[in-house]
Amino acid sequence: MNILVCVKRVPATGGRITLTADGRDIDTRYLGFTVSPHEECAVEEAVRIVEKHGGSSTVLTLGPEVAGEQLRDAMAIGIERAVLLETDGADWDPLATAAAIVDAVKELEAEGETFDLLLFGNEAADTGDFQVGIRVATALGRPSVTGIKAIDIADGQVVVRRDAAGGGWEVFELDLPAVLAVKEGLNLPRYPSVPGRLRAKKKEIVRMTPQPRAGGPTKERLRLPEGNESTVEVIGQGAAAAPAVVELLTRLGVLGR
Amino acid sequence: MILALVEHADGRPERLSLETLSLARRVGSGIGEPVDAVLFGAGATEAAGQLAGRGVSVAHVVEDGRLAAFAPVAWAASVVQLMATRAPSIVLAAGSDRGNEVMAHVGARTDLPLAANVTDVVPGEPFRLTRQRWAGSLLEDAVLDAPTKLLTMAPHAVAIDEPATGGAAAGAPVVEPFAPALTDDDLRVAVARRLEPEAAGISLTDARVVVGGGRGVGSPEAFSELEELAALLGAAVGVSRVVTSSGWRPHSQQIGQTGLRIAPDLYIACGISGAIQHIVGAKAAKRILAINTDPDAPIMSVADYAVIGNLHEIVPAISAEIRRVTGR
Repeated sequence: MNILVCVKRVPATGGRITLTADGRDIDTRYLGFTVSPHEECAVEEAVRIVEKHGGSSTVLTLGPEVAGEQLRDAMAIGIERAVLLETDGADWDPLATAAAIVDAVKELEAEGETFDLLLFGNEAADTGDFQVGIRVATALGRPSVTGIKAIDIADGQVVVRRDAAGGGWEVFELDLPAVLAVKEGLNLPRYPSVPGRLRAKKKEIVRMTPQPRAGGPTKERLRLPEGNESTVEVIGQGAAAAPAVVELLTRLGVLGR
Repeated sequence: MILALVEHADGRPERLSLETLSLARRVGSGIGEPVDAVLFGAGATEAAGQLAGRGVSVAHVVEDGRLAAFAPVAWAASVVQLMATRAPSIVLAAGSDRGNEVMAHVGARTDLPLAANVTDVVPGEPFRLTRQRWAGSLLEDAVLDAPTKLLTMAPHAVAIDEPATGGAAAGAPVVEPFAPALTDDDLRVAVARRLEPEAAGISLTDARVVVGGGRGVGSPEAFSELEELAALLGAAVGVSRVVTSSGWRPHSQQIGQTGLRIAPDLYIACGISGAIQHIVGAKAAKRILAINTDPDAPIMSVADYAVIGNLHEIVPAISAEIRRVTGR
């Protein structure tokens, strides 16, 4: 099983988001960078599948040179190789991103590599476009499913599950090669070991330079949503607040008889 | 014409699809274009009948036996064929799991851009829209330049309009059966089978009350306190990300950017500090009651009510008080 995992470098926003003065970007001066939790699970799953079934694992990202940091994070937990589709750091829309990944997959496969499975996060943490994996799959003529939370590989097929609306699971059976967009909950990602980090630091990153194509939507500006803030009413302290809470529950009509 | 994908559960239109129709109707009346709907699967005709008064002129109903199980590519192929014959200016769906998936396939097949999780549109040239980034922690104003605009609607961003009750607007849509031409390739990805949930409980996304637990709960065992309160309130239990990434509870209970979006009447957040990734999953709650040791925790800026103190004392005390008051 040869697996390609695609990840995206995003700022690690914990508290509140601050924008740059022109309102076009997040002010990242005081932020670290990471990938989405969905993608952390995709990376972990690739390592686990190769541990179980053999084969190779590759991580790919499209972004500026510093996105090599996220590629090394993935190699630190066991991904073998890394590919950077290097940009000047500007936003690439989903069509341009998908086209660049398709070109890279074709180029790597023309050099003798084959990928049985392409893994994506269900949606990027920042732009939340929900479509790059499907666009890549369609261009490559490979079957794809999104929202995946369990993966089993057997006999040239991949059996996958995702949450069904209203509870339970929907099961899909796809022929390989296939493309999966996965969600957090697929597994519990491991932490990198110190030797893993040192090994990743020394590894070479394959670089390619993609050309953007026209797509959309085109960002004009970012802004923070309004009206989210509330005025909090402190109704009590400690266990002594219980009667006041029950009174509130009654008033809100949520205390059944 | 504006074409809206309407999802339904056994003949009952989904809430997010009704939100989508509300926006479609508003935009349609603004630009003088009718709204058509497309519905798939068993019960589609029945669901179409329930769209009376929601501004839908024609409901295209696909009740092909091969689509009895959800098949995202086949749904997309059907939408693309309707686009070819009906030439809509806008095609939109709910930003649900299926809506986003099907519309991404529509975008991929037509090579058109797709704006996902849109909260508002201003039609015209240029065609402007606002969409969610970071699951709604941030908004993006953008321009969509395409012959047909493909959109999905962010959940809970638009209120559901009351259906029209008088005159021609109150009528049900004209139902037109639509038989798409589907290839084996279109049908090769489909739900093979459905597994039932291991434990039947109250669904987090439907619950009127949700009791949430975060890092402050402290251990997997201590969730029994939250479960007891939830049982008394007929509530569902949800959790923050740290709880699932610590392996205390399954990811299916996670509320937030990479988990579920809930919209209960009341969310009781216990020991949850309130990172934005969690808040975006809970902000559609009508009211939030925070139980936390820290009166300055970020959760307080979105909470309506708060009890300050140790949740391990407060939550059991609330349960005991409910028992005393209700005699249970």
